[in-house]
Amino acid sequence: MNIVIVGGGKIGLSLAEHLSDEGHSITLIDKNPSIINSCVNKYDILGLNGNGASYEIQQEAKVNNADIFISTTSSDELNLLCCLIARKSGAGRTIARVRNPEYSQQFQFFKEQLGVSMIFNPEFEASKEISKILQFPSAINIESFAKGAVDLIEIKLDEKSPLCDTSLSDLTQKFNVKVIVCAVQRGDDVIIPRGDFVFKAGDKVHLTSYQREMIKLSKQLGIYRHKNKNVMIIGGGKIGYYLAKKLSATGNHNIKVIEIDKERCEFLAQELPGVKIINADGNDTDILAEERVEDIDGLVALSTIDEENIITSLYANSMGVNKTIAKVNHIPASIITRLGVDSAISSRDIAAELIIGYIRALEASGDSEIITLYKLVGGLIEAMEFKIADSFKYAGIPLKDLNVNKNTIIVSIVRNGVVSFPSAEDSIEIGDNVIIVSKQGQFRSINEIFK
Amino acid sequence: MNYRMIISTISQLLRVEAALMLLPVFVSLYYHENIEYVFIMVIVALFLVSLISGLIKPRNKKIFAKDGFVIVALSWILMSFFGCLPFFISGAIPNIIDAFFETVSGFTTTGATILVDIESLPKSILFWRSFTHWLGGMGVIVFVLAILPHKDMQSMHVLRAEVPGPSVGKIVSKTMVTARILYMLYFLLTFMEALLLCIGKVPLFDSVNIALSTAGTGGFAIKNASIAAYDNLYMEIIITIFMILFGINFNLFYLLLIKQFKRAFKSEELCTYLTIVVACTLVIAFNIYTTVDNITTFGSALRQSSFTVAAIISTTGFVTADFDLWPSLSKTIIVILMFIGGMAGSTGGGLKVARVMILLKSAYNEVKKTLNPRVVRTIKIDGAIIDAETVKAANSYFIIYFLILLISTLLVSLNGLDFATTLTSVITCLNNVGPGLSKVGPVCNYSGLSYLTKLVLIFDMLAGRLEIFPIIILLSPSSWKKNR
Repeated sequence: MNIVIVGGGKIGLSLAEHLSDEGHSITLIDKNPSIINSCVNKYDILGLNGNGASYEIQQEAKVNNADIFISTTSSDELNLLCCLIARKSGAGRTIARVRNPEYSQQFQFFKEQLGVSMIFNPEFEASKEISKILQFPSAINIESFAKGAVDLIEIKLDEKSPLCDTSLSDLTQKFNVKVIVCAVQRGDDVIIPRGDFVFKAGDKVHLTSYQREMIKLSKQLGIYRHKNKNVMIIGGGKIGYYLAKKLSATGNHNIKVIEIDKERCEFLAQELPGVKIINADGNDTDILAEERVEDIDGLVALSTIDEENIITSLYANSMGVNKTIAKVNHIPASIITRLGVDSAISSRDIAAELIIGYIRALEASGDSEIITLYKLVGGLIEAMEFKIADSFKYAGIPLKDLNVNKNTIIVSIVRNGVVSFPSAEDSIEIGDNVIIVSKQGQFRSINEIFK
Repeated sequence: MNYRMIISTISQLLRVEAALMLLPVFVSLYYHENIEYVFIMVIVALFLVSLISGLIKPRNKKIFAKDGFVIVALSWILMSFFGCLPFFISGAIPNIIDAFFETVSGFTTTGATILVDIESLPKSILFWRSFTHWLGGMGVIVFVLAILPHKDMQSMHVLRAEVPGPSVGKIVSKTMVTARILYMLYFLLTFMEALLLCIGKVPLFDSVNIALSTAGTGGFAIKNASIAAYDNLYMEIIITIFMILFGINFNLFYLLLIKQFKRAFKSEELCTYLTIVVACTLVIAFNIYTTVDNITTFGSALRQSSFTVAAIISTTGFVTADFDLWPSLSKTIIVILMFIGGMAGSTGGGLKVARVMILLKSAYNEVKKTLNPRVVRTIKIDGAIIDAETVKAANSYFIIYFLILLISTLLVSLNGLDFATTLTSVITCLNNVGPGLSKVGPVCNYSGLSYLTKLVLIFDMLAGRLEIFPIIILLSPSSWKKNR
């Protein structure tokens, strides 16, 4: 597909890199010539120096032939203007980055009246991800797919884990739980496990099921952490605001936001009733001690400086905080979790993944039965959602009688909008949506996954 | 430096060269020349070398600017070496340095020849000789990019090192598609020229060879007297037009193809290029009409001057008239044209019109700045500001270019030839033109020079075609040391 990206910031570059690797033709527009020069050297893309909202530049970038136009600059208004011009010049779909909460009420209007196909808000997506991790703190990481219907939980097995040396077929009996193990990361390898697979210490297990089953399993494995009742948020910026709002809406949390800027504190206090706002430097250990960090269940470090977030999280860990999450911009998440911080979140990565997922699904839906497509576990495996049409050859047959391809697993069946995790007795019916995970690459039709 | 990646890339390139060498095999079979074995031997050798070097698999496919330059420089040297083997084995050129000189001159589209009697050679050898021009014109690595769907070689570092000009613009976002479009346009134009020559009753074999040679702006002819041998006005007009066309930036042809006529014709570089061609043609025509005895009509003066100007500025170097006999003014203009060369992104050599424009404009700005130290001026081409980096790069390119010119001239002067020969042989090779003045003039050739001179000129030709930096980086020891 022809894709035009405006803005060579972190999101724009990350999009350009991944999308051009996947074979799309990318044109990147940025005002700064040195950014254009350096990324034209690094990636197989076309660079254009200029203002993305200028009609002439858009003509030069052949926006009229573009299938997708993405505007990622730091200004909401500029992004919307870019998309508006692109839409009128004939771009297929437009995607805009809009971050100001004041516009969030107007998203529907933007979509219907201005023709913007997708609006993304990196900070809002990040707050969603953080709140998910806070809801299920036993996981190192949670990835959602099939439009959020299924959550893939990642847990790490240490030597003492009772799961070690257990085979997958014994798992259900031994722990009396029903979970679906989608993938296991062992070293650099990803395995889609079969019944005879035996878990070992050091494995990173990706599994999914109903929430109650997963809580049961994590209790049995001894990695259960109680829900984070008392949450401390350091930094009341956009992510902090969205997160506090989201958590306070559930009514299950006591939330404390520490923000250094006085005016911002006043704004937060006004907007977030029921949330305790504290005007102080949250990265100062004295302040943390004064705010009784040892009584906190979950600490989210959201200041603008990566290093401070990491140090604060590590300090909180040492003080016995149940779950720590650090926001980072530049340092890769894998390095930070190795240091001992429980989870790391990068709003830019989340936003880039969201858009890439949207584009993949668009592409996949072109000539096959795939409805959604997600790359999981760092792109090593793919989750595909299929609509079961009349052409399905195996309807009504229990899954135990079907022979599924190696490296492929049926994860869940969505029937009448209800997500269920199938057991051997269940069968697939016409009209269902079926979600599978595979490491074999894409299938065009669900029939291909059976031997 | 990523040695494994360099070796594996070059291995692929040699395999492509092996495949391309099948063409002269067919020519030899068609004309029953019985020298297929020569090419087949080289093909087998190329294939074996490529197979063995292909066993080395790169661990990490990332390459940087330095690796890109080294890949390009090494590929050109190896490619020329294997390309010269058919001349050597078949006995057409019994000396290996001469054969290497001839092939480098072919791939770099210089067209300087050491052959005294061209017409006696087998047709398949002549075809290979012209074909090196065609390949070298657009670039062999660009060709590999176009045909191999290879993700790892998509790096701009390689493309930049091979495509001439102060700044390289892709046509479309995918390098592979860009390379394909370039070669498609290149093939179409070559085909059109061959067709038009055939229509003008030029024999098929001659048409194809001349078209290949013009397309790469090379200048190897298959007659001893070059194009003068045909004495055919229609043919000269066609070749003149196509020489000028191949000196034009290929991106402009693409703009015409996608019907953006306005942007194509508004190009400042194109206007400058065409103005230079017309002005120089007229001045030389008047000059030789008034002074040279055997030119009696203004028409014939115009015929000779237009062909020569087109042949020199596009750096093709075909010959219809011995311009060594022309008056000083004309000869000087011709030498200046050698320096200017074709447009950036064309198959021509020289400094490139765009770079000359940048150099002149920045010199003008410097003068203005001396008069009025606080003035702020920018350099614009096509209405867009040329950033300071590009201007700096053009200036330093010019300095290094002249250093090489001076050192080479010094080395060639050891030969003890007259000054015009010494200087113009270096100028013509560094700018990939072909004919110079005096003893390397339009009706002479390079066979009489010493081996040292030939080696220096080989270096100059490669440096000129690859725009100096790749060759210098290949030869500089610091790029081969670790941790630099």
